[in-house]
Amino acid sequence: MNNPDNNSHGVGLQVRGIRKSFGGQEVLKGVDLDVRPGEIFVIMGPSGSGKSVLLKHLIGLESPDAGEILINGESIEAAGIAAKYRMALVFQSGALLNSLTVGENVGLYLTEHRLKSPGEIDGIVAEKLEAVGLKDAVDKMPGELSGGMKKRAAIARALVIEPQLILYDEPTSELDPLSSIIIAEEILELKQRIHVTSLIVSHDRDLAFGVADRIAFINEGRIVTVGTPDEVKRFDDPLVQRFLHADFKREP
Amino acid sequence: MFQNIGEIALLFWRTLCALPFAWRQRQKVYDQFFEIGNASLLMVCVLSFFIGAVIALQTGPVLVERSLASAVGGIVGISIAKELAPVMMAILIAGRIGSAMAAEIGSMRVYQEIDALRTMNINPIHYLVLPRMLAIAIALPLLVVFAIVVGWFGGACIAEANNRIGVPFQAFFSGLRDIVDLKDVANGVFKSFCFALIIGSVSCHQGLATIGGPRGIGRSVTKAVVNSIVLIVIFDYILTRFLLK
Repeated sequence: MNNPDNNSHGVGLQVRGIRKSFGGQEVLKGVDLDVRPGEIFVIMGPSGSGKSVLLKHLIGLESPDAGEILINGESIEAAGIAAKYRMALVFQSGALLNSLTVGENVGLYLTEHRLKSPGEIDGIVAEKLEAVGLKDAVDKMPGELSGGMKKRAAIARALVIEPQLILYDEPTSELDPLSSIIIAEEILELKQRIHVTSLIVSHDRDLAFGVADRIAFINEGRIVTVGTPDEVKRFDDPLVQRFLHADFKREP
Repeated sequence: MFQNIGEIALLFWRTLCALPFAWRQRQKVYDQFFEIGNASLLMVCVLSFFIGAVIALQTGPVLVERSLASAVGGIVGISIAKELAPVMMAILIAGRIGSAMAAEIGSMRVYQEIDALRTMNINPIHYLVLPRMLAIAIALPLLVVFAIVVGWFGGACIAEANNRIGVPFQAFFSGLRDIVDLKDVANGVFKSFCFALIIGSVSCHQGLATIGGPRGIGRSVTKAVVNSIVLIVIFDYILTRFLLK
């Protein structure tokens, strides 16, 4: 098992021709992506376009029917990869263990792998919770937290792993605009502080154009375009433009 | 159905392979053990007292009418030790603890908590299944020993108190000692150990296999209890045949 004391720096991620079907319905139809070490890469797209399924493949929760995923050029399915590269996923719901306190959730990785003494774990947990502004929530149960606090606690739990690749599944969904800004600031600060590679799946345009180094647009299981935020904004495709400029207007 | 049985067997095998990590999970084993005992002890006590009482009530008058009063203790004692205590307690624990296991693991599955464990390289079998299996495998045999003693006591009370039986306490236990030996109690305890493994495997498997939302959890709980009871009854026959040799 990896020791989270190692110096953390981002890893590169390559996705080659990933295909996945569920019950005869093809959800991913040959996805190709290159995420550079240390960048913030956002995957945008409408609901049901395959974003979250792709994310599950990247962390190893799903296996592709075809294609491969490489981390720094090594297949994610190779023996020992999980121990060699540290990856973390911040779930849309937070996915905190409801039977544990926030502090126990955050320290779970270290406790279960016995990487530190209980005293050191308490110190690390306090430090990570302070980093996400949840210093006073250490003894609270997840049920006592708001949606935004749960997501920040989930980020703290991911930080304990000292990840080289951190994946976010809809980090600002169900959050008010102020909480969304706090999450976006966290993501940017992490990049500056530990140079982690961040891959975000979201359909929040403000978040995507606010934090992304590059954006990929996915629709019906295929990557439509990849580029910098400016390049994506200028991309001449009716669906992309409609998605980026969709706005509700009340009839007069 | 065969796929389910195969998956349950595979889960059981993987849990056996995880046994070397049991010491690491001792706190969780203790917590689960405490929960099982705490949740079941009073119910076990009441249930086994009345099982003993009703067996005495059913068999006592018939035996006394045929001048076989000395056999009342033996009949009550052996039927509780070898059959009723292990099977009834296993069914009780399947309903009380198996359902809780399936619901807890099922809700963790539905709300992605198990996925979160996997992303942290924490094996759900080590973290969730192993402590529950060990706790129930220790707790159920102990509860059965307790149930046997309380059941005998219940039978003895009714045998003495009921006018149609009228077998004194001492005579009841004297008759019981003549027929029941330690091997009979050991048979019952061994059966309950096997039933505990069945309840643990079936309930944890159903929890881990949960799909969908709250309805999926409800379905898993029902399946865990029903499948456990069906397997307990089938294995009761198989084990009885095996132990009679």
